[in-house]
Amino acid sequence: MSFITEILILMLAAWIGVEVISKVPQMLHTPLMSGTNAMHGVIVVGAILVLGAAAGGVVQTISGIVAVGFGAANVVGGFVVTDRMLQMFRRRPEPPKGDGG
Amino acid sequence: MSRVDLIEVAYLIAAFCFVLGLRWLSSPRTARRGNGVAAIGMTIAIIATLVDQRVVDYVWIVIAAIVGGSIGALVARRVQMTAMPQLVAVLNGLGGGAAAMIAVSEYHAHGAVSTGALGAVLAVSIMFSAIVGSISFAGSMIAFGKLQELLPGRPITWPAQKLINGALAITILGLAAYASLNFNDPLLWIIVVLALLLGAVAVLPIGGADMPVVIAFLNACTGLAAAATGFALGNSLLIIAGVLVGASGTLLTQLMSKAMNRSLASVLFGAFGGGGGVVATSASGEVLPVLEISPADLAAQLVYARRVMIVPGYGLAVAQAQHPVRELADLLIERGVQVAFAIHPVAGRMPGHMNVLLAEADVPYDQLLEMEEANPDFPQTDVVLVIGANDVVNPAARDDPNSPLHGMPILEVDQAEHVVVFKRSMATGFAGVENLLFHDPKTRMLFGDARKSLAQLVQAVQAV
Repeated sequence: MSFITEILILMLAAWIGVEVISKVPQMLHTPLMSGTNAMHGVIVVGAILVLGAAAGGVVQTISGIVAVGFGAANVVGGFVVTDRMLQMFRRRPEPPKGDGG
Repeated sequence: MSRVDLIEVAYLIAAFCFVLGLRWLSSPRTARRGNGVAAIGMTIAIIATLVDQRVVDYVWIVIAAIVGGSIGALVARRVQMTAMPQLVAVLNGLGGGAAAMIAVSEYHAHGAVSTGALGAVLAVSIMFSAIVGSISFAGSMIAFGKLQELLPGRPITWPAQKLINGALAITILGLAAYASLNFNDPLLWIIVVLALLLGAVAVLPIGGADMPVVIAFLNACTGLAAAATGFALGNSLLIIAGVLVGASGTLLTQLMSKAMNRSLASVLFGAFGGGGGVVATSASGEVLPVLEISPADLAAQLVYARRVMIVPGYGLAVAQAQHPVRELADLLIERGVQVAFAIHPVAGRMPGHMNVLLAEADVPYDQLLEMEEANPDFPQTDVVLVIGANDVVNPAARDDPNSPLHGMPILEVDQAEHVVVFKRSMATGFAGVENLLFHDPKTRMLFGDARKSLAQLVQAVQAV
């Protein structure tokens, strides 16, 4: 991939990101944050490439293990906790029925 | 199609899932689906990467992923909603740490091929992700320590702070430039250690009240570090996802700074908040009176009101009073009173935190109003209940040009007919600023633990 292509991708992603994220209401800013947090866990993809490489020496193995571990915790933790939060958001309760917790 | 093309297609699908996920986060009805779709995108990306021909050794990957993933899942399932800012800080730090580790590894791999200068793109991207990733890791861990109260929440200051930070930053940049031109493995480790130090000393002086801004800012940093890693590895998905996160973090940082009327620079370098309390005095120096109200009197007032607005602050969450407040709201709605919650953008310890805490207590989201929606309603509101909030309802922010809060947008509760403030004592808010609202003739105070006061109030309402 050429540098120009990469820059193009970066600019398009930034534009789409600002467009989409500016529409997220204040109410959902915490899930937005933990959700995007999970998304930067995509770094685990890079970590896998580094750790799985054949030529890896000790430095690469150790830094790779740390990176994959961190990245995996980041991804799983981020998506799980965001889901937990979002399932709590609900509309006005259905008319009297049960205790609702 | 070759395998490389297939992987690129998988990355494209993953990127599309991320964007769609963020798009669906714009409404609470579709938000959960959005998060799910983003998670599917992530799964596709990880599978695609695992079949990449460059990946030949799976043992360590599997072990590290299982250990990391299980810890992440366990913590995410157990964490209390009040502790959400801490968790977000930690996850954020992990992402930053991973980016820095990848940079170290890539730099080392380069050294195996040549000990000369790195290409410009590779040099900038490796150094950027090593430095910013490390700053984000250390900064997030300090933020975690402050939020978890392992470290004091007040600003920690020492002499020549800015000078030391500046010198540290310049040293790091100088070493990074040198290490880009001449391969030197230990030097990169030194850079990483110095960047960790910089991240720590940059966040230590920041007060608890400014944490929403700091967390949003560190979130943006990690996103950009991930994007830089994408440049170093020539990986389009990392660039896209990293920039999406960077954009989100930057927007939230701006929103939070605006909601507190503070520039990012003044948050990062200001050491603001957490001062001692002072007793309110009028211009002539006498102590101003405060009027109290009993739960029984307040109950009667509430039941006969047409419109009641509740303003929750972080103190509500500290007192674990979300459930009793929801009970009170339900009771009043049953009696035909209109009830809504007005939420200031910086209520809580991170953007949108209060909404999550109320959602957890089963408050329907259509009862939650943002500041812009709530402010025009206050003049038609009979009673405002301010629970555990202080600075965000301080009229001095609007009226007193000499107040440190001046210019911060507030919930204009003093426009309502009656105001009742639930408060433990007369202590000041995080900004350490006196609040004249408490001494307003239309204001009554209900002193005590918010949870207990609300329980008494609920009983009193039932008795009316």
